[in-house]
Amino acid sequence: MTALIGLGMFFGAWQLLALVIHRSIMPSPVTVLPIFFVSLWGDLGLHLLASAGRVLAATGLAVSLAVPVGLGLGQVRKLDRVFGPLIGIVYPIPKIVFLPVIYVLLGITDVSKIFLIFLIIFFQILVVVRDEAAGLRPELILSVRSLGAGRRALFRYVYLPASLPAVLTALRVSVGTAIAVLFIAEQSLTTYGLGYYIVVETFQVLRYPEMYAGILAMGLLGVGFYVVIQHLELRFNRYLYVEGE
Amino acid sequence: MMVELRNMSFAYRGQPSLYEGFDLFVRRGESWSIIGPSGCGKTTLLYLLAGLLHPTGGSIGVDGHPIRRPRPSTGLVLQDHGLLPWATVRENARLGFSIRMFYGPDGKHAPKAPKPGKIVAEREIDHWLQRLGIETLRDKYPSQLSRGQRQRTALARTLALSPDLLLMDEPFSALDAGIREDLQNLMIGFHRESNLTSILVTHEIEEAVFVGERILVLSGETNREPHIVSNDVAGRPGDRNQPAFRDLCDKLRLLIGGLM
Repeated sequence: MTALIGLGMFFGAWQLLALVIHRSIMPSPVTVLPIFFVSLWGDLGLHLLASAGRVLAATGLAVSLAVPVGLGLGQVRKLDRVFGPLIGIVYPIPKIVFLPVIYVLLGITDVSKIFLIFLIIFFQILVVVRDEAAGLRPELILSVRSLGAGRRALFRYVYLPASLPAVLTALRVSVGTAIAVLFIAEQSLTTYGLGYYIVVETFQVLRYPEMYAGILAMGLLGVGFYVVIQHLELRFNRYLYVEGE
Repeated sequence: MMVELRNMSFAYRGQPSLYEGFDLFVRRGESWSIIGPSGCGKTTLLYLLAGLLHPTGGSIGVDGHPIRRPRPSTGLVLQDHGLLPWATVRENARLGFSIRMFYGPDGKHAPKAPKPGKIVAEREIDHWLQRLGIETLRDKYPSQLSRGQRQRTALARTLALSPDLLLMDEPFSALDAGIREDLQNLMIGFHRESNLTSILVTHEIEEAVFVGERILVLSGETNREPHIVSNDVAGRPGDRNQPAFRDLCDKLRLLIGGLM
């Protein structure tokens, strides 16, 4: 219900803007939506899939590498003392500045674009998982070890569920950035992806209604990831929302 | 012999020895208390017995085997923070079984005996939740429980695995007096009907006297030989105001004072 109200307000505001501005750069949603739904099953759909695939691949890679590394850093103080300062410096650098370097080193393939998004998400998750693992009470670890748990069971029954909420929160926050960066990275050196569609295929040739269809698709991508992650959060983090006494 | 410490030494790195050439023998089925000033190494001794720490010299044997890592049939209950915050009471109580099923009967993380079936495990968990009076809380998370209820959950989790040695580190000290006595009585009743060997660390003299048939008094200096007080007034609810109980408490108070 709230989603419907939100959509209604969104399109209402858009329609209002279109009426007020009244120029070809601001087409009405009435023009754009039919184009969007038709081209979603054609060209635009492929661009959307290409972008979604890149984000998914980068996310999967980032999560599966950052979680174990973060757990290691969080639990082994010596490791964190060695690598902590390095992470502290690299973490806040906007990773997109590495784009040219990545292009040269990894070539102008999908790999370089995926790697760039991977970097963004990797560091976000690495830092929160490390802090989460470091914050686990030693009493908890000891008592689970006393039940017979070795390294593998500790990972399965303690570290993984302990860091899951933080991983999901970090993902929810960083996927938006990742999609924004992807938009920039896709504007050159590729022929598929929403960034390419919006800038090269439509904007530069003044096909504004189609450009807006592309923007809608990009929005859909962002909202889609957000909704999925929020759903996972509600499912796995139920204990965070119960009322304490 | 359930627990044998021979010539055991232990020191944390860069700190004076807590134990040097220390011997201790605990027979099967005995109920012990360990008491002493803070920093005397009570908890350390418990962790050593649990296999979570390793002696720097000498040997520790439990049930005839030298102990190098946590032993599947030793149960450990800590003061607090031992429950998984993201799991319900029932899931927490099931954790020990989950871990055993995760590894299978490998003799290292779980007993060699064939693992209990799922139904047996669930029945055992139900039994202990009921026995500890928390069966109505089964779907609550630890943050929704009182300290006493959390401690009952931790006890259920440990006892459901049928340990033969139960180690407890101040399990009741954060609780209100009434709840503390309830749990002490429960543990004493349970000790009487089973052949469980139990060792309880406490800083409270009355608790040590109430629970321990034998009381080990540790000193704030390096412990070289055990000071053991035999106690025949242990485990009698209602005896707390009797002269014999008070006398023993006074005796212990003096002994601890002398050892500090």
